[in-house]
Amino acid sequence: MKALLSSLAAGFLFGLGLWISGMANPKKVLGFLDVTGDWDASLMLVMAGAVAVAFLAFRFIPRRGKPIFAMKFEIPTRKDIDLPLVAGAAIFGLGWGTAGYCPGPALTALATLSTDAIVFVVAMIAGGLLQRMLVAGK
Amino acid sequence: MHNFTPISALFGGALIGLASAWLLAANGRVAGVSGILHDALAAPASAWRGAFIAGLILAGVAWQLLAGPVPVREGFPLGWAAAAGLAVGFGTRWSGGCTSGHGVCGLGRVSARSLVAVLVFMAAGMLAAYVTRHLLGVAS
Repeated sequence: MKALLSSLAAGFLFGLGLWISGMANPKKVLGFLDVTGDWDASLMLVMAGAVAVAFLAFRFIPRRGKPIFAMKFEIPTRKDIDLPLVAGAAIFGLGWGTAGYCPGPALTALATLSTDAIVFVVAMIAGGLLQRMLVAGK
Repeated sequence: MHNFTPISALFGGALIGLASAWLLAANGRVAGVSGILHDALAAPASAWRGAFIAGLILAGVAWQLLAGPVPVREGFPLGWAAAAGLAVGFGTRWSGGCTSGHGVCGLGRVSARSLVAVLVFMAAGMLAAYVTRHLLGVAS
């Protein structure tokens, strides 16, 4: 129960960060990705602020040995750069630059009952299932 | 660049970083939203993932209560929203991460794998934004 509440709080804080930074607004995200338009560099500072904190977190927190509400840390270990990584990132980027939503902002934007966010999220879940059927064969 | 909002961007970004730090310290997990979403539906015993997603959506509700109604985009073609969503779902699952997993946490972990993903999805995102807005005239 504590682990669930903790995860809920993390999602809540993450979502607030998206709203405060303006990243929950797809128009603002597209204002960054559309470099030929009226360019808005804000997204770069959002990333800078987030990565700076995450850098410190990943440097120091795993040294504690064990998370507060879980048995162990589960941190990715893969280092290989392969086709799925690159092709998947390219396909993701094409969708991101078309709609202005990546997964986090799209999910928190559901709260506005925006029709394009709802359609996007349903399609995003379907896209993940499609990948699993076509590529992973499951 | 009259839309540039450096202070709220940095502050909001730091909050996203803190949320990721909290999920790591408390739950031992990486805050990668695409992985959390895809695995919430696949993996057994992953209630923490559902809780994280609920938190994300609740933040949107709380924000509207605190800050008032937010502008909701009107007129974005739903066919394009569906196509973009399919691509984002497919691509993030194939590459194993998105802006949070590869972006925030991957760069935070100084992972070369994530850096490659970030450079590729940023470039593809800029290309798609240019093509859809300026060549195809998709309204956004």
